[in-house]
Amino acid sequence: MHTWYVHGLEWTRKELFVYPNEYIYWSIQIVMYPLMTGLVAGAFVLSSLYHVFGQKDLKDMAKFALVFSFALLLGAPIPLMLHLQHPLRGFFIFFTPHFTSAISAFGIVYMTYALIVAFEIWFVYRVFFVQQVHALEKKEGMGAFLKRLMYRVFTLGAYDLSEKAVAKDKKVIKILAGVGVPVAAFLHGYAGFIFGSVKANALWMTPLMPVIFIMSAVVSGVALCMLTYIVIMEWKKFRAVKARSTTPGMARYEQLKGAEADLIRKTSRYLIFFMIFAFSLELLDLIFRGYTAVKNWDILRSVIYQRDYVDIFVKQYLIGNIIPFLLLIWPRLTVRRAAFATALVLFGVYMMRYNVVIGGQSFSLTFAGFMDYVMPVIPHNMETFKEGLLGALTVAILPFIFFYFINKVIPAVPQSGGEKA
Amino acid sequence: MNRRKFLKIIGGMAAGAGAIGTFRFLAPGEAEALIKSSNIRWAFLVDTYKCVGCGMCVKACKLENGIPYDAPVTRTWVERYVILKDGDVLADTPKGARDGFTSPVTEGRQVNPADIDKAFFVPKLCNQCDKPPCVQVCPVGATYRTAQGIVLVDRTWCIGCGYCIMACPYGVRFFHPVYHTAEKCTFCYHRINHGMTTACVQACPFDARKIGNLKDPNDPVTKVIMTERVAVLKDEYGTKPQVYYIGLDRNVR
Repeated sequence: MHTWYVHGLEWTRKELFVYPNEYIYWSIQIVMYPLMTGLVAGAFVLSSLYHVFGQKDLKDMAKFALVFSFALLLGAPIPLMLHLQHPLRGFFIFFTPHFTSAISAFGIVYMTYALIVAFEIWFVYRVFFVQQVHALEKKEGMGAFLKRLMYRVFTLGAYDLSEKAVAKDKKVIKILAGVGVPVAAFLHGYAGFIFGSVKANALWMTPLMPVIFIMSAVVSGVALCMLTYIVIMEWKKFRAVKARSTTPGMARYEQLKGAEADLIRKTSRYLIFFMIFAFSLELLDLIFRGYTAVKNWDILRSVIYQRDYVDIFVKQYLIGNIIPFLLLIWPRLTVRRAAFATALVLFGVYMMRYNVVIGGQSFSLTFAGFMDYVMPVIPHNMETFKEGLLGALTVAILPFIFFYFINKVIPAVPQSGGEKA
Repeated sequence: MNRRKFLKIIGGMAAGAGAIGTFRFLAPGEAEALIKSSNIRWAFLVDTYKCVGCGMCVKACKLENGIPYDAPVTRTWVERYVILKDGDVLADTPKGARDGFTSPVTEGRQVNPADIDKAFFVPKLCNQCDKPPCVQVCPVGATYRTAQGIVLVDRTWCIGCGYCIMACPYGVRFFHPVYHTAEKCTFCYHRINHGMTTACVQACPFDARKIGNLKDPNDPVTKVIMTERVAVLKDEYGTKPQVYYIGLDRNVR
């Protein structure tokens, strides 16, 4: 006989009457997946607010958010791959998509969206690519040669920087940013549909699920963009201050001012707006379930109000929603307070995903038993790595690493000294 | 872009999505079932009055279908229900009842026989639904319904996403402990196609389990299903299950 293991056995604790085959089959990676796609969608919507709706106050943030969205996009399929029992067969979704399945759309929606973001980035950075090619022309050495070659490839042969051509670029950006918003909403709304359409799961099955997912996606995306922006700008400030202490006269004013409180305040308004939406929808769902109280309400009530009470009401609603909301609407928002609040918002969205994915599996199909997910912290095999703390951290960190490298090639962090695109 | 243009684009996309929605995509099995009409529709009949919870069916199934004997997953299992006079419902299925029910301790509770209103056993297996949600949600079409109504899994094509496991309201699916693909009861497809009966039916000493062909009006199982009072599990999910039960109690989950 071969060696065997039962998927889910290691991190599932059963209580009372549970069917023998029931385990927490969808664990932390499936918590990470909607979190990541949500961040993708949210970051993109933030950048589109500038491009489509002409919210000029978001100009600096828009470029950063767009490129960051792309980095997150590259990271989004990783939790799915890590979750599959046969990751090498993952591409079957592209070859034999079975269209009655919500998951089968992943390939199409994901690729469409990736293309839109890639194209938009190209149009935004085309002028920059051409400038780089010309600037590197005079430089000697292998490094400069390779770099110039890379930028030459990136231009795709479009060197026309005439006013007319650039104006056309801007128009295309506007269209792509506009089309991208519904596609981003679709990408994430459909992630919500994956859960909302599972009729066997009493907690997941609600038509509100896709809408709730979209709203919380925008919330998380905007919050992450704000937080990352603040951290990067403050880091630059820190470095500039340090450099000045060793070599006087190096730093300029722009480097020293750090994140702009004004920009943060303006962005936070959009964040508050979407937070209200997300919170209201979730509350509506809860009230509706309690009021209609169908057959499954007994077990749902004991999960929501007893077993998962701390996860849902303390961690998600209080720490992740109400406290950051108050911090953000309190007058005279400072950068530091905004950073703290957005970190809490991100935690709240993570808890929301956790409470949906794990919470939905924390009661048995018998409606007479419970299951707990005990996250593997120290892995002792591939399964406990993938479906445990380290797997989740890997997925969370990768987009930042992607962004670090992408940013080297196409600078997305607002530069000191008036770099314009 | 102004708002009007933007709304126009969105409207166009919505209309396009609606148009796509009117098409219906068929899995290979579904298409085959529509084209070829089979004169077989397998169905299962469980007489809960006859089941004593010996677990021979579970044992036989595990051995016949190569599910590691000690792995805590199983294609079929037997549940014990003990309904007490005070209204409490106790239920359990230790090891899926592979070794039968050897202890009167139910769901961890020592029950005084005088407190019992009624108690009984309920065997469970895949319902081979007419509208299988597991087939609907498979993203790669690795699980499909045959013309005879049996839902199967292609072990060479399953990617192991677990969506089908999530979609089944009966909890009959799991990941195979060796192949790590979705696994389920197949009504012993390899046996019934060769004129044999299923392993569990053969192993049942009390005739509590029977398999039959719904399209054959002279089949004894079909006769019972058509003429006697039978019930199915969880019909509220609209899955149209094809395992019929005699003497199903309202407390059965």
